[in-house]
Order: sequence, then structure tokens, then C-alpha cells
Amino acid sequence: MAEGKLMTLNMGPHHPSTHGVLRIVLELDGEIIVKATPHVGQLHRGIEKIAENMNYQQVITLTDRLDYTAASLNNFGYCMAVEKLLGIEVPKRAQYIRVIMGELSRLAAHQIWVGTHALDIGAMTLVFYGFRDREMIYDIIEEASGYRLTPTFLRVGGLANDITPDFIKGVREFVKWFPTALAGYHTLLTDNIIWRKRTMDIGTVSAEDAVNFGFTGPSLRGSGVPYDIRKAKPHSSYEDFDFQVPVGDKGDVYDRYLVRMEEMTQSLKIIDQAIENLPEGPVNVDNPWVTNPSLDVVMDDISALIRRFKIQSEGPHDPVGEVYQSVEGSKGELGFYIVGDGNENPYRMKIRSPAFILISALSKILPGHMFSDAIAIVGSIDIVLGEVDR
Amino acid sequence: MENVKILERIKAKFPEAVVADQDCCGDLQVTVSNDAFIEVMQFLHDDEQLGFDLLIDILAIDNSARRRKPPRFEVVYVMISMDSFDRLLVKLPVVEGEDVPTVTGIWQAANWAEREVFDMMGIRFAGHPDLRRVLMWDDFEGYPQRKDFPLEGKDFDEKWDPDTIEVL
Repeated sequence: MAEGKLMTLNMGPHHPSTHGVLRIVLELDGEIIVKATPHVGQLHRGIEKIAENMNYQQVITLTDRLDYTAASLNNFGYCMAVEKLLGIEVPKRAQYIRVIMGELSRLAAHQIWVGTHALDIGAMTLVFYGFRDREMIYDIIEEASGYRLTPTFLRVGGLANDITPDFIKGVREFVKWFPTALAGYHTLLTDNIIWRKRTMDIGTVSAEDAVNFGFTGPSLRGSGVPYDIRKAKPHSSYEDFDFQVPVGDKGDVYDRYLVRMEEMTQSLKIIDQAIENLPEGPVNVDNPWVTNPSLDVVMDDISALIRRFKIQSEGPHDPVGEVYQSVEGSKGELGFYIVGDGNENPYRMKIRSPAFILISALSKILPGHMFSDAIAIVGSIDIVLGEVDR
Repeated sequence: MENVKILERIKAKFPEAVVADQDCCGDLQVTVSNDAFIEVMQFLHDDEQLGFDLLIDILAIDNSARRRKPPRFEVVYVMISMDSFDRLLVKLPVVEGEDVPTVTGIWQAANWAEREVFDMMGIRFAGHPDLRRVLMWDDFEGYPQRKDFPLEGKDFDEKWDPDTIEVL
């Protein structure tokens, strides 16, 4: 191309490698990217605004629709934020089951990620393996909650119901079997010369840049910063489990890939410890303002009936105050900032979406790379547009 | 570092900038005055002991539906230190129509976070390199997260002509 003549290329919103409806306007000099401008918002549903008009238990269904590849983790963060505001702590058994559900969701999200990321770059087998293994997780989640993609299994104050023996059996089978599948992923990609040539030394982000860009989660750890909320600010009994936080050293696409692959092993380790040491006891907090009285009591006691009606129709009332609570989502720090004013609905709810900030850094990372590398870089930061646009 | 010590350190450097402080369910929240805002933020980022180098999020709260004294808005900055993993919430009261100095020069993560606050609440950030709408489309009118914006949108029950697709 003649000197100084740039071509503007519109990538997305229907491009298969944009994982939803991300649009990136690229200015190309030949095949080299000179400028990249990401545009988001096509999936904006105004979840924050809708949440301000719903009661606390109803909002849980909205959080499922943020990062729909790891729905239970979103429930997890939201429920903990509300519980922190209410000043209640859920029983140990509920905390362990939440950890199991959260880590299963993380595994499911990473399986989709490894499949689609590899598919973007040209390795087709992985997407079938990823979806095959995710099916096992969804069967387990279905056993617990009755739903697959959007389980809404967590509640403010505990869980929707206790788990069944079949759930435990399913989890044990999965924990036993999945290392074999993971070894298969590694065989196909980790030492594959094509994969390494396509992913090494591109999209490199230094540790200082990653922090300054606001990276969190595997993308930050790929650059060598060991920030993981599960270790830095342990919540929901994460301090009981023995697991490592994998970090990369260079911060390129390959490092982010390795970090996520190792995270799957660690998640499996957490699930294994949680299911083997699962404490006995109730799964809901014993608080008359939050938890429904059981149906046996309701049949005999008029005050319990009234209480059940009030909880079903209004849900818990929050105190006046503000709270920020975050969990380690599958993409990074998923935070909920909730302002309560003493009503049954949040006065203001702000969702801190990890992938929103990750996408904003694309305009800094992409320039200087080839166009085909852009696909690999976008895949490596692992975005889900449901969470970006909210 | 404990919350008390963080507060002491900020107050030692800026005795008049910290207007109020409160405990947000375990996290320290400091309200800073408008005059010294950018100096305080620069100090929080650069200081060796505090070192809040990761800006997590920026959000705004519209207080117009609550019985609160003006100013109408509050902008909250959530930040975390990569050395000690301490978290800090910095709050800035903003009068309607007033500009807030941008912090994109300190944290690049603030770029889209500030755009979102502008998009949703209509608070302008002075000195921002690229202050456009981010989630709503460019010619959208109004600011959806404000409390006076209707939930269904402004044109929800307006009649329109199906042939010309024009609002009657």
C-alpha cells in the first residue's frame, strides 16, 4: 500500500472471534494495525437500572445474565455484597457449596474460553472437547438447581435448596475424570508448534502496564502480578482450601493461556477439597428477616405464614449504607457496589465488570500487531459481552 | 495497612482535604474536598506506603431521590494496592453541572470508567482525552442512570406511525 494510505476495517459486531457483539474499528497500514477503537454497548440492557426497581432476591436472576458462561459466580458476588450490607454470614455448609458452584462455573467458563480461543486461531478440535466437558458440569448444576445456563441457585442468606447425593456423586465423577480431559487439551495445544508460534510474544503487557490499565484476573496474573481475590481477601471459606495462584512472567498471549489452564487444575483441587470436607448443617442463615420459614412451620403458625408472605413478596430490607464486595470472576474482579437506603430494593447498584476495563486496553495493546494477531489477543483476554455491556 | 493508619497517613499529608470518613462494611471510605482532589489522588497512587496503583472502578450516585442535602451527585473511586491488597474508596461530592478533574493521567483504567459515568450520569470530566458515550449510542438524549430518567425510557408510550416510523 502506498505510503501514508491507511485502510479502515470494521471488525465485528458479527465477526465470530468477537465473542458476541464487540465492534473494533481498525486502521491498517497494510496488515499492521495503526489504531484500534473498540465500540461496545450493543448488548446493553440496563441491568443496573432495572435492579434499582426490583427487590433484593429478584435481582439475582439479573446477575445470571451478566457473564452467562459463569452464572453462579455472578450470583456469588451479588449475594455476598447484599449479605455484607445486611451484616449476616451464611452457614459453613452453604459457603462450601457456593465455592463448589463457583469453581464449577469457572471451569465451565474456561472450557468455553479454551475452545473458542483455539477455534479463532484455527485449532478446531478444542471447541468440541470444551463443550463436551462443559456438558458434564451443566448436568451437575442442573441436578442442584434445575437449570443449566442460568441456575440462580444462590440466594441472599444461603442457597435455594440443599444439594442431593446425586450432586455429590456427579461432582466426584467429574473431579476424577476431568484431569484426563485437561491433559488432552495440553497435548493438543501447549507444546503444539503452530499454537506456540501464533501466541508467543504477541499482545505482551508488562506488569506495570497491566496494573495501570486496570487488568484483573487471569490477564493480570499472566503479566506476573499475583493478585487473586480468593487469596488477597479470602471470602466464603476460601482460606480453608489449599491452592496455588499461577502467574506468568512475560504477559503475552501464551502466558495468559498457561495461567488459565493451570487455574483449571487449581479449581479442580478446590472442588475436590470442598466436596470431601463438606460440613453438615443448614444451608440458609437463621435470620427471620431474610430466610423463609419452612413449610411445616407455616402450616401450624400464623406468624410464620405472614413472615413467609412478607419475605416472598418483598424480600429483605437493607440498612442505610454502602458496600463494595468483589469476587474472583472467571474474567477478573467482578465487583458489586450497592447503596442501600432502607428499602426492599437497592438505591443504586453498580457492577464492576472486569472485561469492560480489559476491552478499554485493546486500543493500547493492538497497535503494532498484525491483523491476524488481533484475533488471538482479543481471544486471550477472554471477554463476554453480556458482562461488558450489562 | 489497617484502615486507621491509611486514614492517618492521608490526613497527615492533607489535613484539610479529608472532609469525612466512614467505615463501609470493613472498607475505608474517605470523602475529599473538591479543591485538593487531584493532588490527593496523585498522592494515593505515588506514595510508597499507600501505593494504590490499581484503579478498580469509578461510579456515581445520584442522590436526588433521597432526602439528602445537596450536592446532587457523589463520584466514588474504588482502588486497591498491589503490595498490601488494601482497598480504599474515595468519594467526591459533585454539584450538578460541575466538572470533575480527570484521573486518566494517573490511572489509564479511568478512561472508560469515566466515559461510563458521563454516559450514565452526565457528569463531565475536565481534561479527559476522549469523552464520548460508551454504552448508549452517540445521539442518545438524557442520562439513563439519573433518578429522574424513567425506567421504560422517555418515548415508551408515545404513539408512532408504522408507515413512516415517525413519532406523532
